[in-house]
Amino acid sequence: MATLTIKDLHVAIDGKEILKGVNLEIKGGEFHAIMGPNGTGKSTLSAAIMGHPKYEVTKGSITLDGQDVLEMEVDERARAGLFLAMQYPSEISGVTNADFLRSAINARRGEGNEISLMKFIRQLDEKMAFLEMNPDMAHRYLNEGFSGGEKKRNEILQLMMLQPKIAILDEIDSGLDIDALKVVAKGVNEMRSSDFGCLIITHYQRLLNYITPDYVHVMMQGRIVKSGGPELAQRLEAEGYDWIKKELGIEDEVVEQEA
Amino acid sequence: MIETKLPFDQQYVRSFSEGRGEPDWLLHVRLQALAQAEQLPLPKPDKTKIDRWNFTQFSTHLVESAPLSSLEELPEEVKVLIDIDEEQKNVYVQRDHTCAYVSLADELKEKGVIFTDLATAVREHSELVQKYFMDGVKVNEHRLAALHAALVNGGMFVYVPKHVQVNVPLQAVYVHEKAEALFNHVIIVADVGSKVTYVENYISTCERSEAIVNIIAEVFALDDAQVFFGAVDSLAKGTTTYVNRRGITGRHARIEWALGLMNDGNTISENVTRLIGDGSFGDTKTVVVSRGEQVQNFTTSVIHYGKHTEGYILKHGVVKDEATSIFNGIGKIEHGASKSNAEQESRVLMLSPKGRGDANPILLIDEDDVTAGHAASVGRVDPTQLYYLMSRGISKTEAERLIIHGFLAPVVNEIPIERVKKQLIEVIERKVK
Repeated sequence: MATLTIKDLHVAIDGKEILKGVNLEIKGGEFHAIMGPNGTGKSTLSAAIMGHPKYEVTKGSITLDGQDVLEMEVDERARAGLFLAMQYPSEISGVTNADFLRSAINARRGEGNEISLMKFIRQLDEKMAFLEMNPDMAHRYLNEGFSGGEKKRNEILQLMMLQPKIAILDEIDSGLDIDALKVVAKGVNEMRSSDFGCLIITHYQRLLNYITPDYVHVMMQGRIVKSGGPELAQRLEAEGYDWIKKELGIEDEVVEQEA
Repeated sequence: MIETKLPFDQQYVRSFSEGRGEPDWLLHVRLQALAQAEQLPLPKPDKTKIDRWNFTQFSTHLVESAPLSSLEELPEEVKVLIDIDEEQKNVYVQRDHTCAYVSLADELKEKGVIFTDLATAVREHSELVQKYFMDGVKVNEHRLAALHAALVNGGMFVYVPKHVQVNVPLQAVYVHEKAEALFNHVIIVADVGSKVTYVENYISTCERSEAIVNIIAEVFALDDAQVFFGAVDSLAKGTTTYVNRRGITGRHARIEWALGLMNDGNTISENVTRLIGDGSFGDTKTVVVSRGEQVQNFTTSVIHYGKHTEGYILKHGVVKDEATSIFNGIGKIEHGASKSNAEQESRVLMLSPKGRGDANPILLIDEDDVTAGHAASVGRVDPTQLYYLMSRGISKTEAERLIIHGFLAPVVNEIPIERVKKQLIEVIERKVK
């Protein structure tokens, strides 16, 4: 069972500190949600875990099963078992979705242990059908000309194909209509097992109607300020964030620019 | 100082032409062209200075090669391009100047398709060749065109009769072995309402070869005809190449080009499509990889004369090491070519800080009622794309490889012969490594 441990994490971008001491532990089998108003550092946390080159970790640690994640390159983190479903996936012209996925799977499996083409196609067909994706999308260029909803579905397809130990879903619900949201949630729920932990970043409770988290954390001003169970998300939906601010004596301050 | 006197005289050209049993008209063209070659200036590719390049000095005009008794005799790198087991092949193989093998399916022969080496064509179809030889590219355009006409010593002729649809690709492979100077001339005539796909390779059998290659390809798509022209050039380091591929369209004709220009030597490439007929269409896709210290210039023009003509230019170039690549894209709409559309996109991917890449989009418009557009960029591999691919476990090297292959895919995917496509991918792999 995998464990991702984040301790006293401080992260800066262009010299400005965004995360100011985040502590979090995600184990296989657990679904965590991080909620919070815009610009409080939620996306920064996901980018720092994956190793986005623009984000500088100034203090603290991230480990996966005791291994120092911060020492790893982005691709090594992925091969160690981390996955980030991105808010704004890149478009890559000339590289088909299928070729890309096969490269990613083979990168994990290593040389000499490549997945057979037949097995790959079978898995891909199966997962795409599960996510109600048009089979053509396997042969289209990676995310090129995909609608917002198609891109998000494609992120979940990658998640299901790559079977990571720990996944972070960065606002996977943004820009989705209710039908697409249900499909995305179905994909994530399908992954649920004791071997899979998930961190869901969102600022809407809506997604959590379809994916039930075991833990809910509220992030403000670059820190996790409150944690609880699914009922916390419901209260946030009903009452907003002001009661937490009042409870903790927090003044409004935006620490993160919207990407 | 570069020697400007030409190494071959009237006497030589006359005896060469007579020795091949060429008709008088061709001897006449050769002699006139030779006289003009002495006077005419070199072409002036924009932003590349070529007056010190050697295009004209060589000591041997012709080397002899034996025809092949079987394609099995071909070197491995050439053999892989051809489906040897296919009985009804449409394949032409030329070793240096000499036709080594030619085969055309019976069905196409019966329909009157001509697919043969130029030397045979001028003997057997003299009038037809005369009509088109140096008609798309004029002898007096510059010294290299004139020299080419005077000294043509290789090439082939393709003619597709009216309303004949050739649904399988015709393939030509020009193998450079030991020729010091190859003047290769290709003519493709798609008569009214016909359709043809032609794919050529220029390939060297050695890694380095001091040679001059001067290529002219003339493509004529007559009214309502469609021509697809694919090419993969992979001539060796040390070979200086001038290649001019020119297309002329009739009414509602279409010419599409997919050019993978992968030479390792200095190269001047010109690809011009003249949209003469109303409603005609030209689409040019070019991909290039430059490496080492090679200097290359790729000028692509689509010139609109007819009304309602459409022209598209796409050029993607990768520049490595200390190579220099200049990409000039010219969309020109002449007065009277109303309702025409000229679009172009040039992108250069720089893999090394020491390389030089230039993308120069040019629109020349002499008519009001038209549409036109261009996009150009020169840049490095996008770090956000790299991050995205790496976040899926793909190593940086492999991620870059995927992005580069994706960048060159517009031509790779168009090549209609699977073996040639595979070879192009391998050449790209080798060049970007």
